[in-house]
Amino acid sequence: MTEPALAPALRPFEGLGRWAIGIVESLGRFGSFLGQAIAAIITPPFKFGALLGRIHYIGFRSLLIILLTGAFTGMVLGLQIFFTLSRFGSEAFLGPAVALTLIRELGPVLGALMVTGRAGSALTAELGIMRITEQIDALTVMALSPMRYLVAPSILAGVITFPLMTALFDVVGIYGGYVVGVKLLGLSEGTYFGEMQTFVDMADVMTGFWKSISFGILVTWVCTYKGFHVSRGAEGVAQATTQAVVLSSVLILVWDYFLGSVLP
Amino acid sequence: MIKVVGLRKAFGGQSVLNGIDLEVPDGSITIIIGRSGGGKSVFLKHLLGLVRPDSGRIEVDGVDLTRLRGRALDEVRKRYGVVFQGGALFDSMTCRENVAFPLREKFKLPTAKIRRRVDVSLERVGLAGIGDKYPEEVSGGMRKRVAIARALVTEPEIVFFDEPTTGLDPVLVNAIHRLILELHRRSKFTAVMVSHEIPEIFEIADRVGMLHQGRIVELGPPAAIQGSANPIVRQFIRGEPDPPA
Repeated sequence: MTEPALAPALRPFEGLGRWAIGIVESLGRFGSFLGQAIAAIITPPFKFGALLGRIHYIGFRSLLIILLTGAFTGMVLGLQIFFTLSRFGSEAFLGPAVALTLIRELGPVLGALMVTGRAGSALTAELGIMRITEQIDALTVMALSPMRYLVAPSILAGVITFPLMTALFDVVGIYGGYVVGVKLLGLSEGTYFGEMQTFVDMADVMTGFWKSISFGILVTWVCTYKGFHVSRGAEGVAQATTQAVVLSSVLILVWDYFLGSVLP
Repeated sequence: MIKVVGLRKAFGGQSVLNGIDLEVPDGSITIIIGRSGGGKSVFLKHLLGLVRPDSGRIEVDGVDLTRLRGRALDEVRKRYGVVFQGGALFDSMTCRENVAFPLREKFKLPTAKIRRRVDVSLERVGLAGIGDKYPEEVSGGMRKRVAIARALVTEPEIVFFDEPTTGLDPVLVNAIHRLILELHRRSKFTAVMVSHEIPEIFEIADRVGMLHQGRIVELGPPAAIQGSANPIVRQFIRGEPDPPA
């Protein structure tokens, strides 16, 4: 007779279990989505036209924001690091400090965050609208894979464009630091670039490179997944877009810490 | 022939399809009518293989669609043409590119042949001059006709229409129905249409099925449905607000 009395007490655990199963199922769908996209990337037919379109959409159209944020990030770094180093009489290390900060951390991270805001959100909204207007269903019933036409080119374009945009961000940022440190605050040009050559090595560049590639996958994966699974009309698209940007941004920062502690 | 046997589907514990049985003969126009929210579109999505049933079979020429996945399912879909409720035209492409898309991607035809077939298709739906416009630049009626042209350009054996006249004025409703009938006479495809355009659909249907509470409660030629003694059918086709006693 005690069993019926226990049932209400167990209900919170039942709810917790259901919530946990829901999370595991969502993660499974999320992982399986990437698996399907990778299968579409590596098996023919390859959609080069769609890939070029996505490179233009994610990469080329993000150039202005990358150049602007890169330049001002470098300038801010130049200014702040110069004043910090000058307290210890170590202004000579401004060049390597700016370069290492940009190449190892801020270039990949800020570049990815900027592209998430500009192209990632648009990617989610575009796929979401295609979903609610049945354009994705139309592709499916034409016996054409939406994964191959819509998702795979976006993820591959992320892998290609993110490192390139990070490289641009780094270069423009280093020149931003140069403008502030050398042209405005009077550090010698030779010191700025000479010390940079001494202290920045290939391992630092590769750290930024691997980070940017992984961010490229992460952002396009999250944004296409959220857009692909939109429901409930315009409100659903708005919600998915917000979730995609927030989740991508958080994952970029979490993954950056993880990679930063693993990579040399 | 399409044969549906005991099709059931529930979403979140709420039953939507409660054992649908239906046969669609080759070359016929079968129209499913029923109230909004009655499961017509869900039923159509099952026929398209977009939703999997909880139980039941959908046989297309003896092949059970519900057991197929991936390429095997795509092989069946290659015989399909679909006109979606809102048209589902790709808004990044012109009307011409929309019609050409399945030919280019599915059949890999030479460009000149694709151009000829697209021209013929657009001409048949009375839209010869609007090929270079984007879907957002043409009227709702034109978009529906482009969607019909896209669905039929591959000369499918089976064509599904999901409320193809929703949101159109009565003149356009009749024009679209006449167009479907004319194209059907020309191509002899099997058509399954979901609609609630009463009484216009009786002009074009070979058979009409009434879907109510997840079941086909009446199926027959238009005249039989119009003269049905079933109170649910009578209420629906007369548009009476009160449910039958």
